[in-house]
Amino acid sequence: MEESIIYTKALRKQYGDVVALTGLDLAIPPNLVYGLLGPNGAGKSTTVRILSTLTRPSGGQAVVGGFDVAREPGEVRKVIGLAGQDATLDDKLTARENLRIFGRLSRLGSRRARRRAEELLERFGLAHAGNRLAGTYSGGMRRRLDLIASLLRAPAVLFLDEPTTGLDVRSRMEIWDTVRELVADGTTVLLTSQYLEEVDQLASAVGVIDHGQLIAEGSPAQLKSRIGSHIDVVVESTDHLLNAMAVLERLTGHRPEVDGSHIAVAAVDPVPSLPQIVRELDASGAVIRDVGIREPSLDDVFLSLTGKTVDPAKPVEAPAAVA
Amino acid sequence: MNVIIDGWALTQRNLLRLRHEPGTLLTIMLMPTVFVVLFGFVFGSAIGIPGSSNYREYMMPGMFVLGAGTALSSAMVDVAMDQARGVMDRLRSLPTNRVSVPLGQSGAEGIIGAYGLVVLMVYGLIVGWRPHNGIGQTLAGIGLLLLFRYTLAWVGTYLGLAIRSASTAANLAPLTLPLTMVSNAFVPTDGMPFWLRTICEWNPLSALATATRSLFGNPGAPGPDAAWPLTHPVAASLLWAGLLLAIFVPLSARRFARAGL
Repeated sequence: MEESIIYTKALRKQYGDVVALTGLDLAIPPNLVYGLLGPNGAGKSTTVRILSTLTRPSGGQAVVGGFDVAREPGEVRKVIGLAGQDATLDDKLTARENLRIFGRLSRLGSRRARRRAEELLERFGLAHAGNRLAGTYSGGMRRRLDLIASLLRAPAVLFLDEPTTGLDVRSRMEIWDTVRELVADGTTVLLTSQYLEEVDQLASAVGVIDHGQLIAEGSPAQLKSRIGSHIDVVVESTDHLLNAMAVLERLTGHRPEVDGSHIAVAAVDPVPSLPQIVRELDASGAVIRDVGIREPSLDDVFLSLTGKTVDPAKPVEAPAAVA
Repeated sequence: MNVIIDGWALTQRNLLRLRHEPGTLLTIMLMPTVFVVLFGFVFGSAIGIPGSSNYREYMMPGMFVLGAGTALSSAMVDVAMDQARGVMDRLRSLPTNRVSVPLGQSGAEGIIGAYGLVVLMVYGLIVGWRPHNGIGQTLAGIGLLLLFRYTLAWVGTYLGLAIRSASTAANLAPLTLPLTMVSNAFVPTDGMPFWLRTICEWNPLSALATATRSLFGNPGAPGPDAAWPLTHPVAASLLWAGLLLAIFVPLSARRFARAGL
């Protein structure tokens, strides 16, 4: 716990009859991007809202930067930044005015607020548009401006709630670069995203939540290795099917599935190497037209993890954390 | 001290918006123009004021009160809009004092109100209204109107925070107009049925209109049988303002801190 910059214990949140968090335990070490994944309604946004002091927990404990969110919200607010999917700036003010005012409200002196705003506008490539009304900004520019506003104080912990939802590829890449720079500077980022590729690219640790609790945790590579890879083989003719299937079953310990001349088999641990597969198939006399190992995506992980827990009344045994 | 700095930063935010939307300033002037013409000449020609032949002298203080009353709806709509658009969430995630957001909103309303009042007074002077009691009482009247506007901005801020939906707030806003009018702002209460007269005379805005008239030396002093707030209008106005602030300042601050839960 001492090493965690974000720590929650049995965190619960209930809105009337709806239970959003049923007992979330998180321990996030500093100076990395932690990706929070989960289907819609799993409790991602509620978690971010509680950790950023916008919502009070119904039970349990949450500590950010060493401060309890329920008991010392004022202290928590001094160490966090929040950039959400909603545009949270004043459309009717220019970018510079927005930053100046939010800088003042972040307790920067007026000169420091201005200098910091200029520095960030420059760094995010918005200096030329600083005097335009925020309302005239494109989606990508707004998101960057929103991010700047949350960085005025150089927060130790930054919450990014779906920072690139609805952005084009280029704007997304720019935000990603920024997030990497921030972590290099020592910031801890808690990221939620609809785009699993984004989490894969940025996060060094991922927590999957469903029905308001953590169901798996680990690095993207660890999570993927849990569901393993797929080996796909296409044989020259169905005469070779049996030979090839025998080889694949021996190598992976799993029963292959056949579709025409196509064989697929899951390979979890160990995943045989491609040369090894080719050699063994060749030795068995099976003539093959194509062979490949398909790495799982985080999407596959997500599906296999959350697809299991359908009935919220009967929570399945949470799989042991991989990390 | 931080409350003041934060409050001022947020006041500036509201004022800066006006700079980029000068149209708002125009509409602030437009409404009173229509109302002065409408009441001063269309309705006014049919309204008799006991002891005076000049309805417009009676009407203008009512118009000032109406202007002060707009703070309620405009604060309500502004705050509900900020809330709906997530600006409030960002503000809540900052280490700002919890009271500073409503403070900034009401501060801006107060300043905008001063501008609106100047516009109205110029209109008044054009249509024949005059303050008659010297500079001291005139300034006291202006001060009282601004204090009330400031007070109503707090009420509106609370309502905006409580309503949360920008469209609901926008739909409710026009309803504040009749609330202003169920008073002695535009017609004396003498001719009303007893129940309505009671409601009107206890409307805080009636006390304000009567106080303004007495400070500016305009006609329309209520008879001795009127309700207490009208026979002691300045004291009653100050009491109303104090009471409303005592209720809505802490309520708004609490609501701001807790909203979004």
